[in-house]
Amino acid sequence: MITRFFWHGLDRYVRVMVAVVLIIGLAMPLLNLLMPQSSPLYVSAYTLQLFGKYLCYASLALAVDLVWGFCGILSLGHAAFFALGGYCMGMYLLRQIGTRGVYGNPLLPDFMVFLGYKELPWFWHGFDSFWFAAPMIVIVPSVLALALGWFAFRSRVTGVYLSIITQAMTFALLLAFFRNDMGLGGNNGMTDFKDILGFSVQAPGTRAVLCFASALALAIFLAISGAIVGSRFGKALTAVRDAESRMRFLGYRVEGYKLFVFVLSAAMAGIAGALYVPQVGIINPGEFSPGNSIEAVLWVAVGGRGTLIGPVIGAFIVNFAKTYLTGALPEVWLFALGALFIGVTLFMPKGVMGLWAQYKARRARPKRTAAA
Amino acid sequence: MLSKRSLAALFSLLVSVLFAGVALAADLPGLVSNLTTGGLGDREAAITALAVSGEERAAPILEALAAGQLYVRTADKLAVIGMPAGNDLALTDAISGKPAGTATESDLDRVRINNRLRGTLDDALGTLTLMSRDPRMRRNAADSLFKRRDPASLPAIDKALAAEKDAGIKRLFNEARASMILASADASKEQKLEAIATVRDRGDGDALGMLDNAASASTDADVKAAATAAAGTVRSTLAIWGAAQNVWYGISLGSVLLLAAIGLAITFGTMGVINMAHGEMVMLGAYTTFVVQQTIRAYAPDLAEGSVIVALPLAFLVSGAIGVLIERTIIRFLYGRPLDTLLATWGLSLVLQQAVRSIFGPTNREVASPSWMSGTFQLGQLNITYGRLWIVVFALLVFAALMLLLRRTPLGLYMRAVTQNRPMASAMGIRTPRVDALTFGLGSGIAGLAGVALSQIDNVSPNLGQGYIIDSFMVVVFGGVGNLFGTLVGATALGIINKFLEPYAGAVLGKILVLVFIILFIQRRPRGLFALKGRSVE
Repeated sequence: MITRFFWHGLDRYVRVMVAVVLIIGLAMPLLNLLMPQSSPLYVSAYTLQLFGKYLCYASLALAVDLVWGFCGILSLGHAAFFALGGYCMGMYLLRQIGTRGVYGNPLLPDFMVFLGYKELPWFWHGFDSFWFAAPMIVIVPSVLALALGWFAFRSRVTGVYLSIITQAMTFALLLAFFRNDMGLGGNNGMTDFKDILGFSVQAPGTRAVLCFASALALAIFLAISGAIVGSRFGKALTAVRDAESRMRFLGYRVEGYKLFVFVLSAAMAGIAGALYVPQVGIINPGEFSPGNSIEAVLWVAVGGRGTLIGPVIGAFIVNFAKTYLTGALPEVWLFALGALFIGVTLFMPKGVMGLWAQYKARRARPKRTAAA
Repeated sequence: MLSKRSLAALFSLLVSVLFAGVALAADLPGLVSNLTTGGLGDREAAITALAVSGEERAAPILEALAAGQLYVRTADKLAVIGMPAGNDLALTDAISGKPAGTATESDLDRVRINNRLRGTLDDALGTLTLMSRDPRMRRNAADSLFKRRDPASLPAIDKALAAEKDAGIKRLFNEARASMILASADASKEQKLEAIATVRDRGDGDALGMLDNAASASTDADVKAAATAAAGTVRSTLAIWGAAQNVWYGISLGSVLLLAAIGLAITFGTMGVINMAHGEMVMLGAYTTFVVQQTIRAYAPDLAEGSVIVALPLAFLVSGAIGVLIERTIIRFLYGRPLDTLLATWGLSLVLQQAVRSIFGPTNREVASPSWMSGTFQLGQLNITYGRLWIVVFALLVFAALMLLLRRTPLGLYMRAVTQNRPMASAMGIRTPRVDALTFGLGSGIAGLAGVALSQIDNVSPNLGQGYIIDSFMVVVFGGVGNLFGTLVGATALGIINKFLEPYAGAVLGKILVLVFIILFIQRRPRGLFALKGRSVE
């Protein structure tokens, strides 16, 4: 029944997108597992990993779009939520290594032995169990978003100011996680993962499942976002974006709307980060860098903010270009990225989706004049 | 029990008291012959005696001995100093200082020293410099004697004290003397009390250590009490100086923040433009300094000291011109869309960084500080580096100049008018697009000036700007947008808070705490410390 509610609440294009994501997300791992290497349809492990990574980025982009495109909150700190989710997963994965680490300590991860820890810090307890780590992946980013949003929205910090404090937040976390005293691996972060739920993270089967899980997560996020945006609540949300004061005067509790979307978006980013970590095999404080958050905003801008499909397309386009250019022409990548930022804001404020709309409008217009 | 050292002290005391001036000069050959041919004890005594003799030849002889260049000529047993000259040694008569021909090493016996003698020799050389003509040498000697607190040097310092005319150095000598008295076993109680007072008046960390030592080691109750009380006084003075030093560090950091942020305060504060490429304007200023320095080194090496001065206007022009260019080509299309401006200028910052990386390479470039910007001086117990001092002065000058520009010139008037009410200003005949371009150029130009200053204290690399952009935004937001005075207060306050947190929390945690503090502060006062009031704000 719930599925039906979601399905009917969805815009036609979003439904198509959910289906496309699910089909490709299922096909890629299957082609990797079932096709012989000689077949032209074979998907290499590298491509599969890349695809899984892009899916996680797309989820992050969707999370950014939900707050920026639909609620007007430009968060420059969403990579922090992504990284926090990733760290929760990293902590779980690190505890799974057990005695197979370099130092073979059954309780303490390698870096703690190296740094001379005598016992496990309190916040590491419980992370040996997946059923503790999994809720944490959602709870930790959500609580941070709740705290920040609660204070910020209540004191009506809006627009640029909010962007700046979210950036300050991720910067502060970046500095904090670089400290060895944090007990989270310092600047080396966490890596050398072995198992997830008893399956080796290196095994092709596990990788395929992780890739599909990322696609599934993205599809679910699309459905949830679509249902929210299409509902009355979503209408109010868009109204808050366009005329916050008027909504307030009309009697809506603007803070509540913003807080709900902000926390939901943070939770989505956290899950995306948690799926990202076992696929790339490392999490380090670099993930918190303010540049990452801004890049995520760019994906949304390229794809088209205020649409649900746009961010997914944007994340894929930009990251594909990044993978290609950093490999082929590393000098050019930052020029290209910079030019993309400038070009998109100046010439394509509605992104790729905007181009699509323009194209449709141009095709529709002559018809109407002909009819008249 | 008398140690060798106190024997030596006794001997030097005898020498300095019994023989004065002329009598000693007559004894120089005797001491030198003791030094070159005597037994170990004789040599040690001779070294100490030479050191306090006040004899002009004493220094070259002892230095030669320390360097292994003091010889005895086998033929006539003359003590000579041999300097390498080709394959041979050019000889100087050790006593008269006159040239004594050349010789090969086989004709000479080197005067050998062992480690014990070396120690005595080092002490002796330290003492010798007490009588040096160079005031700086005397200061250094007094300082090292103060720290060594060896009662054996008492006679030497007494003698030096008698001869000293400079009041400042005299005080240093007195302090060194007091340190020796405190350390000596046979000084009288009155002497010790007096010494405690002298050391207390010095009032630095060394003095504190010395007084604590005296308080714990002394057997006399009065001396103990006096030393404890003096140590307490010194401790509280030191605490005040420590706080003052922190304030200075804070002001110094604040001035850097001010320089980096003040350009931003103009573009962000008065134009509402979020310029994420502001840090790159700073970086361009720093690279301009580098280019100017290289050019001057290549074509006019004599002017190298002034390259920073030459770089100032050039950096302003370079960054300013690029700022105007950016405003005309990108930013003017984005007015009223601050979030889009943010993204576009971020992209711009990436392009500028990569451009500089492609031209100058990814590594740090070295910008030398001119001599008038290097070195430190002491103000009471404060350590102040000239470089930092100049940057503080420079930041204040830039701030004052900017205030004058905004308050007292037609351009400033236009800028303020456009900021406050664009349509009205436009209706009054102000060409607002031109004012916008100039304002943005001004903000960027000031960032360029900041770059010149930062090139003196930070690494000049393509990432230079990135390190400052978040801090700069914090300063502007904390101080209050659209208010330059707020930026000044914000920068100084954040600098000082940061430096006071550092000793307790460490540099990184201190910074984190400051960031969290600002995040919370913005919740309380979303418009900063000094908020603009009125309808134009929204």
